[in-house]
Amino acid sequence: MTDMTLTKSKRQTEQLEQTNTAVLGFWLYLMTDCVLFASLFATFVVLRHNTFGGPSGAQLFSLPYVLLETLVLLSSSFTNGLALLSAQRKQVRPTLIWLGVTFMLGATFLGLELSEFHKFVAMGDSWRRSGFLSAYYTLVGTHGAHISVGLIWMVVMALYIYKHGLGRLSLKRLRMLSLFWHFLDVVWIFIFTIVYLFGALHA
Amino acid sequence: MNHSFIYFGGLLGKLSLKQLPHDPLTIIGAVMLIMVPITAAIVLTLTKRWKWLYREWLTTQDHKKIGMMYIIVAILMGLRGLADVVMIRTQQAVASGHAHGILSASHFQQIVSAHGTIMIFFVAMGLMFGLINLIVPLQIGSRDVAFPFLNATGFWLFFAGMALVNVSLLIGDFSATGWLAYPPLSELKYSPTVGVDYWIWSLEIAGIGSLLAGINFIVTILKNRVRGMKLMLMPLFSWSVLGSMFLVAFAFPILTVTLTLLALDRSFGMHFFTAGGGGNMMMYVNLIWAWGHPEVYILVLPAFGVYSEIVATFSRKRLFGYSSMVYAIWAIVILSFIVWLHHFFTMGAAPDVNAFFGIMTMIIAVPTGVKLFNWLFTMYRGKLNLKTPMLWFIAFVVVFTIGGMAGVLMAVPPLDFQFHNSLFLVAHFHMMIVSGVLFGYFAAITYWFPKFFNFKLNERFGRYAFWSWLIGFLLAFVPLYILGFMGATRRLDHYSASLGWQPLFIVAGIGVVFIIAGVLFQFAQLAVSIWQRNTNRSGSDPWGGRTLEWSLPSPPPIYNFARLPLVSTRDAFYAAKRAKVVSTQPYEAIEIPRNTPLGLIIASGAFLFGFAFVWHIWWLVIVGLVISIVAIIYRSLDPHPTITISASEVERIERSYKTEVAA
Amino acid sequence: MNPKYHLSSASSQEADMLHSPQAQHLTSLKHYVIGFIGSLILTLSAYFLSVNYVGNHNLLLIGLAILAFAQFILQLFYFLHVGHEFPPRLKLMLTCFMILVVTILVGGSLWIMFSLNNRVMPSTQQMVKYMNSQNSL
Repeated sequence: MTDMTLTKSKRQTEQLEQTNTAVLGFWLYLMTDCVLFASLFATFVVLRHNTFGGPSGAQLFSLPYVLLETLVLLSSSFTNGLALLSAQRKQVRPTLIWLGVTFMLGATFLGLELSEFHKFVAMGDSWRRSGFLSAYYTLVGTHGAHISVGLIWMVVMALYIYKHGLGRLSLKRLRMLSLFWHFLDVVWIFIFTIVYLFGALHA
Repeated sequence: MNHSFIYFGGLLGKLSLKQLPHDPLTIIGAVMLIMVPITAAIVLTLTKRWKWLYREWLTTQDHKKIGMMYIIVAILMGLRGLADVVMIRTQQAVASGHAHGILSASHFQQIVSAHGTIMIFFVAMGLMFGLINLIVPLQIGSRDVAFPFLNATGFWLFFAGMALVNVSLLIGDFSATGWLAYPPLSELKYSPTVGVDYWIWSLEIAGIGSLLAGINFIVTILKNRVRGMKLMLMPLFSWSVLGSMFLVAFAFPILTVTLTLLALDRSFGMHFFTAGGGGNMMMYVNLIWAWGHPEVYILVLPAFGVYSEIVATFSRKRLFGYSSMVYAIWAIVILSFIVWLHHFFTMGAAPDVNAFFGIMTMIIAVPTGVKLFNWLFTMYRGKLNLKTPMLWFIAFVVVFTIGGMAGVLMAVPPLDFQFHNSLFLVAHFHMMIVSGVLFGYFAAITYWFPKFFNFKLNERFGRYAFWSWLIGFLLAFVPLYILGFMGATRRLDHYSASLGWQPLFIVAGIGVVFIIAGVLFQFAQLAVSIWQRNTNRSGSDPWGGRTLEWSLPSPPPIYNFARLPLVSTRDAFYAAKRAKVVSTQPYEAIEIPRNTPLGLIIASGAFLFGFAFVWHIWWLVIVGLVISIVAIIYRSLDPHPTITISASEVERIERSYKTEVAA
Repeated sequence: MNPKYHLSSASSQEADMLHSPQAQHLTSLKHYVIGFIGSLILTLSAYFLSVNYVGNHNLLLIGLAILAFAQFILQLFYFLHVGHEFPPRLKLMLTCFMILVVTILVGGSLWIMFSLNNRVMPSTQQMVKYMNSQNSL
């Protein structure tokens, strides 16, 4: 092995190590975010019957609507994975296209969520109505806020890739973004089950 | 409160000139507070050092400088916390019977709340993160932390939180609901002023800073250790920091949520913890302690690590029971998540719940005991060198054991029903935190000071400070145990003369006089040491150190290690000294992070956000948020966050140390 | 052999593995497809179970909880690639620690809060029930 290639491979190893470190740090952040959501879930479960004369979950939620939201988000998680795959194969166009699809699905999901909120508030069932509704809006809303952050990130990411191509930095950030997006889908599994499915049971 | 007020309000929200302080004591405090930055600004202008401040400190990504800034902030805030103590103790010493003391009831409660909040979040946490920043990368043989930018941002968020607490002294008021602001008292209905909002947002912002720092140091310790340093070869301070940072990362999100929910209640009329509307105030107590108990161990674990280093160094022996120390740390980490109910035994849970958490609490005393015995066995048959760090340690052993036994007493639920919220509890946790945390960090500062300034702190003044502190501390808190037994509750601004408590409160007040003397001696120690620094040069290894930080020149260069050390044993530097290893490898180019003001800008955005939220100035909330977000995005687009120091430059720097030593 | 040289060559193997796009691509695409279809099945079965099921509520709750947990594990492995890393498996370790903390936090909180609720703070429903029972007397 000549000196040149040794330094080059050392440099590569260092960069790989840096990427791994950054991804590990991001993963740790996601773990702390899990604790954040866990606290919100615990609060929601404690307050779920405190309707204070207002509507209960069973009276408010429409399960088919929520199923639609769930499927949209799940698909976006999948297409997001496809974007990362294309990026790893250094294909800029497919990456951007899949990112675009993911963005559209994510935005649709957010739109569905907001219009659900809007409907409830218009009926007079805002977060001020009862402890249960405060917990509901906050838990689902925190997830929605994360989704919004993810959407902004996606736009920035797409512009960055469009301008700079799929270098090491783009790939690193795309890896983190895709972890973030999958993580939000994981959180949604529990919102779907605990807030909506369980909620609809307690008529 | 109607909708239009919430959403559109005036341009200044709830803010008006009426919010400026008007009682004499607050005005004095406010003036003193303003004097600090004004004096600093004048000095900077006169010495033409604004640029220096910006280049060397405000934009720095160097963990050593960030560590020093943490400690400076913590010391300044410690003085404010001490001023609060003086007022509390004076009030309680005189406000008996017909005398009503120097403070109004609500002002007294504000001061008690500020004291607790400041001491825990901005003094203890500040000292802790300061030390971690200074020491951990050096101990694990790393040139930097894993995420320098995150680290700097974490510091500036801590700073923003601190600034917000202090602004509350100038504009508006501070929370008067105790350091943990239990609802329903802290709800809008019962605390209609902005005090609680200041409390919420300063802790929220500082808490996010702590979370970032925690993530940074976990990854630093896991990934940046020098080659050969397996986890079980790592110095114990770094081990205890790893444990503590795990607690930070997994407990602080709970605090973030709890504070946010309270803020939602107060600002948007939600009903999480309200007394009506389907809220459940007990959930607040549950959540805040699910964070609060780990927080205690977050503070104390690094101090345990400090003691482990100090005892081994000053007994000139390797630490007794290294592996059991590590297991004890992790037992404490896990158990500290399973004891939080002991803070509210009296809330009314069923006997099985209380019994479970009581037993867990008693169990957590076991690993702590293991650590104590290990330290004592390290001292046993060692060649003791009783310098001030060691004195702090010995005082810690005594005081911590007494306080700890009081803690085990309170872990018994039926007994806790007697002690709950009494001064007995106050005495207990001060004995734990002051001896376990503050003494530990004092010892650490004395121990590591020469590493960063190349001169030792004056030993004689150190001893004066130590004895004043210890005597003052015992005088201040032993009476509180007795008062607790007599039925005195915490946060009393006035009591009946017939109770016969006044003599003991006066004794406690005298204790504070001694503590103040101790603090003055500490400042004198610093001044004298700086004065005599040239006769007191310490060199790189003044104490016969065992860990890698002592292998570096003092003060360490920006890249810490010019050559990465080879590690194959515990106490790596001690082993290297014995083997007389001298590395002759050529120097290499080193990459270091480029300075950037973006961390400061993100934190400024957070400060504006917090301040605006307190006063409901909604446009400013958005401005603050946008500043932070844009700064984050801007940072993410920056492809060249590092600069390279060439090999020849490294060689030049290393040479300069050698000539300095020769001269 | 120089230990430094040894280390870098070991890691560049690792680098080759990650940088060889074909290998990465095949395994991962399979992963995403398995993850997606599996999640789809689990979501739909949870949905149809809760819509169509009649009978014991508690049994259904347990069933739904199991389905959710299964999907959680599935996505953890196939979307988030936990466990697909080189030792030391730090990601896996952090994940396990998170699950431990969340279990303690949520389990403990609910245990405490339900105990408190039973003893000192009846819910609105319980209050209404109680008041009705008083009226009917």
